[in-house]
Amino acid sequence: MADLSIATARTGTGSRAKPAGWLRLPSRSAALAEAGETSRRRKRKLGPGPVIPYGAAIGPALLLILWSLGSATGFIDDRILSAPWTVASTGWELIQDGRLQENLWTSFVRSFWGLFWGIVAGASLGVIAGLSRIGEYLVDGPIQIKRAIPALALIPLLMLWFGIGEGMKILTIALITFAPIYIQTHDGLRSTDARFIELAETLDLSNAQFLRHVVLPAALPGFLLGLRFGVTYSWLALVVVEQVNATSGLGYMINLARTYGQTEVIILCLAVYAALGLSSDWLVRLITRKALPWRKILAD
Amino acid sequence: MAQDSRGLKPEPAVRVRGLTRRYGERTILDGVDLDIGRGEFVALLGRSGSGKSTFLRALAGLDHGVPGSGRFEAPDAVSVVFQDARLLPWKKVADNVSLGLKGDIVRERALRALGEVELTARAEAWPMQLSGGEQQRAALARSLVREPELLLLDEPFGALDALTRLRMQALLLDLCARHQPAVLLVTHDVDEAIHLAQRVLVLEQGRFIVDLTIDLPSAPAERELRFAEVRMQLLTSLGVTEKELRRVA
Repeated sequence: MADLSIATARTGTGSRAKPAGWLRLPSRSAALAEAGETSRRRKRKLGPGPVIPYGAAIGPALLLILWSLGSATGFIDDRILSAPWTVASTGWELIQDGRLQENLWTSFVRSFWGLFWGIVAGASLGVIAGLSRIGEYLVDGPIQIKRAIPALALIPLLMLWFGIGEGMKILTIALITFAPIYIQTHDGLRSTDARFIELAETLDLSNAQFLRHVVLPAALPGFLLGLRFGVTYSWLALVVVEQVNATSGLGYMINLARTYGQTEVIILCLAVYAALGLSSDWLVRLITRKALPWRKILAD
Repeated sequence: MAQDSRGLKPEPAVRVRGLTRRYGERTILDGVDLDIGRGEFVALLGRSGSGKSTFLRALAGLDHGVPGSGRFEAPDAVSVVFQDARLLPWKKVADNVSLGLKGDIVRERALRALGEVELTARAEAWPMQLSGGEQQRAALARSLVREPELLLLDEPFGALDALTRLRMQALLLDLCARHQPAVLLVTHDVDEAIHLAQRVLVLEQGRFIVDLTIDLPSAPAERELRFAEVRMQLLTSLGVTEKELRRVA
């Protein structure tokens, strides 16, 4: 208590909470402390500057304004880039006749199941390789080889094996999303702090207790980081499979729009992709915050 | 503390015979013998790299793969307190204390132990919300809730500020008086060793070169004199020269 008030009085903000001892201060320094309220506290000179509420929206808003201005003045050719209001009205029409929802739902379901199987495979293989040496020898090598092959190069083979139906699309998405989840989970399990392993030994923890209380919680941040990558990759993979061959979905809409030269539909689909990407990333961050409450206090 | 156990010397809590440990070419422990009586508080001093931590880790069974020989007998119930509190950041303080306990009143025991170190109010806090002293108190509670027959302390107060260290030392004495474990305290602080321990060892080149029973008289003036003598003796055996001592005295 006492040392706290000394520290604050020195910077000139604690004058209201002065303990009795401070009343006996020489009057000059007391006056200085009072005056410090306004004059002695300098603004911070270094660093990026103060925080502005909703400041993150400034950049995108500015871009939207420039786009609108360019379209309104005719500076931007409508065939190259449709005006924002054209995109909005097209979006409204597509929603009213149900095409946007229908294609969005198809894409969402593909992405969801692809990601789902990617998580299942990535997490379980990560656990197998992370917890046992034999598991690592069996699993890690093939996965590293698979990782070295660009995912898009696998698509022709997958098409030959599984045709061009939903199964092939979901499998492709799963194959692309499982890699980051596997790597982060495996890494998280393997990098358990040696100090905690020692602690577990001195506490005589059983193998099961060690896994449950030490290893798995220690690997959880890694898994969640992998999940965040995986979600981003699932949208990327979705675009790829839908551009290659599809008769429904957002990628199909884009392809069709390109054929008919409908820039506004392409822009609209891109906006939907952006919204999907941003909201899913937000969701993963929310899950991360909920799953790691002990980390929140670091950020606060 | 534990006066009765010193007079009779029944079965010691720890019996070490010919303990040798090597790191590569260097012999860290060179055939060390030691008995620690039940309830006896032993402090182990030594310069950096003298092998005092190696000795403690050997007793704790934490030196896997370090080549060496010799044997030792230690009780089943051994607790270790490290220099860092080593609390799992993803478990609340009370859950850290009760980690690995068996039985059905685990939580009550953990809370009681936290009460002993005056940390009941922080039972539901995350370890990172505690100060360094509070974290180390939680680590003490975690070690004592297991009712150890041997308590191994590896420079437990080394990372604390002087004021916190003083309070922690007093707390440790109280707790040891109550629970009566045999204690091996590894430290580089000579004053701490004299204040806390009944017996002080100095490890040098893999051997104990000093084994001193601390018997300070109760009269303040004589006590101070004897304290200074013991301190001087220990510092000298640790290689501090008289000139260096005079310079900072």
